[in-house]
Amino acid sequence: MVGRVSGGAAPRSAISGVLPLIAKRIGSALVTLLLVSAVVFTISGLLPGDAAQETLGQSATPEQVAALRHEMGLDRPALTRYVDWLGGMAQGDPGRSLVANMPVREVISARLPNSLMLAGFTALVSVPLALAIGIASAINRGGRLDRTLNVLTLSAVAVPEFLVATLGVLVFSVKLLWLPSIALVSEDASLWDTLRSCALPVLSLSVVVIAQMARMTRAAVADQLDRPYVEMARLKGVPFRRVVLFHVMPNAVGPIVNAVALSLSYLLGGAIIVETIFNFPGLASLMVNAVTSRDMPLLQACAMIFCAIYLTLVLVADVVAILANPRLRAQ
Amino acid sequence: MSAHVAVKDLRITAGGKAIVDGVSFEIERGQVLALIGESGSGKTTIALALMGHSRFGATISGEVRLGETRVDRLDDAGLQALRGRRVAYVAQSAASAFNPSRTIMAQVTEPLLVHRLAGKEEAEARAVDLFRALALPSPETIGARYPHQLSGGQLQRLMAAMALITRPELVILDEPTTALDVTTQVEVLKAFKVAIASVGATAIYVSHDLAVVAQMADSILVLNQGRTREQGAAEQVLHAPADDYTRTLMGAARPHARSAPAVVGKEALLKVEGVHAAYGKVPVLRDISLSLAKGATLGVIGESGSGKSTLARVIAGLLPRSAGSVSLAGEELPKGLEGRSREQFRRVQLVFQNADTALNPVQTVGQALARPLAFYHGLKGAAAEAEVARLLDLIRLPAHLATRNVRQLSGGQKQRVNLARALAARPEVLLCDEVTSALDTVVGAAILELIDELRRELGIATVFISHDISTVRAFCDQVLVLYGGTAVEQADAAAFGRGVHHPYTDLLTDSVPEMRAGWLEQARTRKAVLAGESGDDLCRFLPRCPVAIAGTCNAAPPPLRSGDGLALLCHHELHDLEGMSA
Repeated sequence: MVGRVSGGAAPRSAISGVLPLIAKRIGSALVTLLLVSAVVFTISGLLPGDAAQETLGQSATPEQVAALRHEMGLDRPALTRYVDWLGGMAQGDPGRSLVANMPVREVISARLPNSLMLAGFTALVSVPLALAIGIASAINRGGRLDRTLNVLTLSAVAVPEFLVATLGVLVFSVKLLWLPSIALVSEDASLWDTLRSCALPVLSLSVVVIAQMARMTRAAVADQLDRPYVEMARLKGVPFRRVVLFHVMPNAVGPIVNAVALSLSYLLGGAIIVETIFNFPGLASLMVNAVTSRDMPLLQACAMIFCAIYLTLVLVADVVAILANPRLRAQ
Repeated sequence: MSAHVAVKDLRITAGGKAIVDGVSFEIERGQVLALIGESGSGKTTIALALMGHSRFGATISGEVRLGETRVDRLDDAGLQALRGRRVAYVAQSAASAFNPSRTIMAQVTEPLLVHRLAGKEEAEARAVDLFRALALPSPETIGARYPHQLSGGQLQRLMAAMALITRPELVILDEPTTALDVTTQVEVLKAFKVAIASVGATAIYVSHDLAVVAQMADSILVLNQGRTREQGAAEQVLHAPADDYTRTLMGAARPHARSAPAVVGKEALLKVEGVHAAYGKVPVLRDISLSLAKGATLGVIGESGSGKSTLARVIAGLLPRSAGSVSLAGEELPKGLEGRSREQFRRVQLVFQNADTALNPVQTVGQALARPLAFYHGLKGAAAEAEVARLLDLIRLPAHLATRNVRQLSGGQKQRVNLARALAARPEVLLCDEVTSALDTVVGAAILELIDELRRELGIATVFISHDISTVRAFCDQVLVLYGGTAVEQADAAAFGRGVHHPYTDLLTDSVPEMRAGWLEQARTRKAVLAGESGDDLCRFLPRCPVAIAGTCNAAPPPLRSGDGLALLCHHELHDLEGMSA
């Protein structure tokens, strides 16, 4: 994808030129993560009520609540708690879940693989499909195929996913009896069963994500197709397929990977509706439960995981865009 | 023997409208035909039709023959095999016609590779040979670079290499030097001419510039609105044009000195003293001083990157100066936009180069003009409408255009509206930044005359920025020549006409093509004596100066030589320079 360099000395200098730039991006991602941790910690402290109150219920006396607070360490100064918590996070120990009364790490490790699996399957299905739709649409601009795909992607973006999910259940589970309507994920299920139970959640998530990515891909490719260098390549006798692959794609890849990264980041946190409908044991529903039960350590850990994944995706997209762009590469 | 290229009754229509209407011509093998005309004349459309290509879904009919091949009857596969192999194209702007993400070598060798005419190694060897033939710097390694690392002139030559690498029978050159500085244009034209002759290709040269065409073409076809106006040998069309339209084109190409001398005030209205400016840490203007009286015109010339536009931006306050002062009628103007009063804004108006981007495309002409009227003069309703009508009359546009959307105007009309927008403020100083460079010669000449008239009638002081030395010479009372951000020469019109110039001004003058065949061959490309020498205090022009003195120019900053109405920075004495420019 990245332009080939035919000179002898150029490749090494190109890569060494990029390294500081990439290091800078990683550094700024880490700083962002630190700022987010402060924000997450502050905001979760602002939520009304705390775990002590929640555990003891409405009938508890203020003395009982205060005693439990002390026991849980909730009465220490905010800054101390923040530093403690951050240190724990850095070592991979985000504390104890106040409600489940077990380490947050265990609670999360039961759910995170499920979420990653769901997101992974969805990405595997949707990214190639979205790119194909976007590119096909762009190179047939104004044609029948483009208009049809346009209408389809537009309606897919507009339809709420709970509707897609419900319709999916109605058709595939109720009428056709092909797929289970509830996603039962367990470790001892066979791969086939896992795939079957994930099929409907993946379908519901894919519909929206594919539509978003396809539209962004179409825009990025169409924008490049209007450039004079495309006409020039055609006038050199370069076949259209080759023009798209070797001339347009290296220039369109930057905007496309950014669109893909944004869409994929939605697959973890944004999967809440799908997780709820299919009773899927994922991270998003865990986080919502943590909010309702005032389980701050769990809530904070979930928020940090979502944020870290989001930043990683954006970072990868940035690096790909830098590598694809000789101007940035040569800085 | 029949002609190598023959076009018979070519018609190209788009949306039911004929862009090209019944054009026929023939070219003998190895000859160069020039297609000339203004924008919209269909010259590029015809050139592209020879490759079976049309833009915006236009349809081509008529006969197009190349050798024994009927290009108009080829299918897509046939066209693909033709393009880049038998017919090659050199685009107007190499900067945008090269793919920014791929190396030059990958793009230059691509025609050979896609047509399977050579393997990768042989293709690269041929490319390097062509780079050498086109006098490109470091031909061995230039291919590993990316387009953004090269200059416009280099890219244009590389594009010629890309076209010639398959040794095509026909080369189409579409305004290949229009985007270049005159000094670069000479070198590029020379390189093209030699390279095309060495391949033995037939060529079609598309241009609006008659003087350039005179250097390149054996025969000329004059087009206007898709129709042939005149066709004949280059010599005949240029020196004994039979058609009225051709004569109009010729007239516009040679700016004539303005008829009435300007009524120039005595006191300086705009005074710029010791101004420095920089973009970040890169200095772009060094120690510029000038003074301009009411009703006077100052021409600022120089190549791209010389700091001409920056000077206008500094005076207008768009770029805050880093040192020096700018004063208007004795009152110092604040550095940037902040701190300037509305009255100060009103008195200095800037007319941007590109009216297409300077005017808001969703506004009507009336709205575009009413905005400054309301802002500076508080005019509303009927009073504003009357003023808009007066302004339109001033710029010679019919009053009914006020309701027209800006997008619906032609290029020349837009530039007039752009000018009227500045005039609406009733400015005392008008800064015109390359206002005619995006326009056709005929339209540009009309805009120039309009600016000159307005200046005389309204007594506006004008700073006229241009890269065209003949226009500046014809229109301006004073001339400022910028090189690398330094004023290398400053003169009043009379002194400028006497022929004593800074070596850089001479280079600019010598580079303007003359309308006679053979000029290009005689044009001096005097080599720099001390190429590569540069220093912050030394003469900025030293690395390119053909008459530099070793041991002096590369040792000490150039002294200021001043004579009757003339001042320039050079180690040579004024009377020595007189002999050099002759």
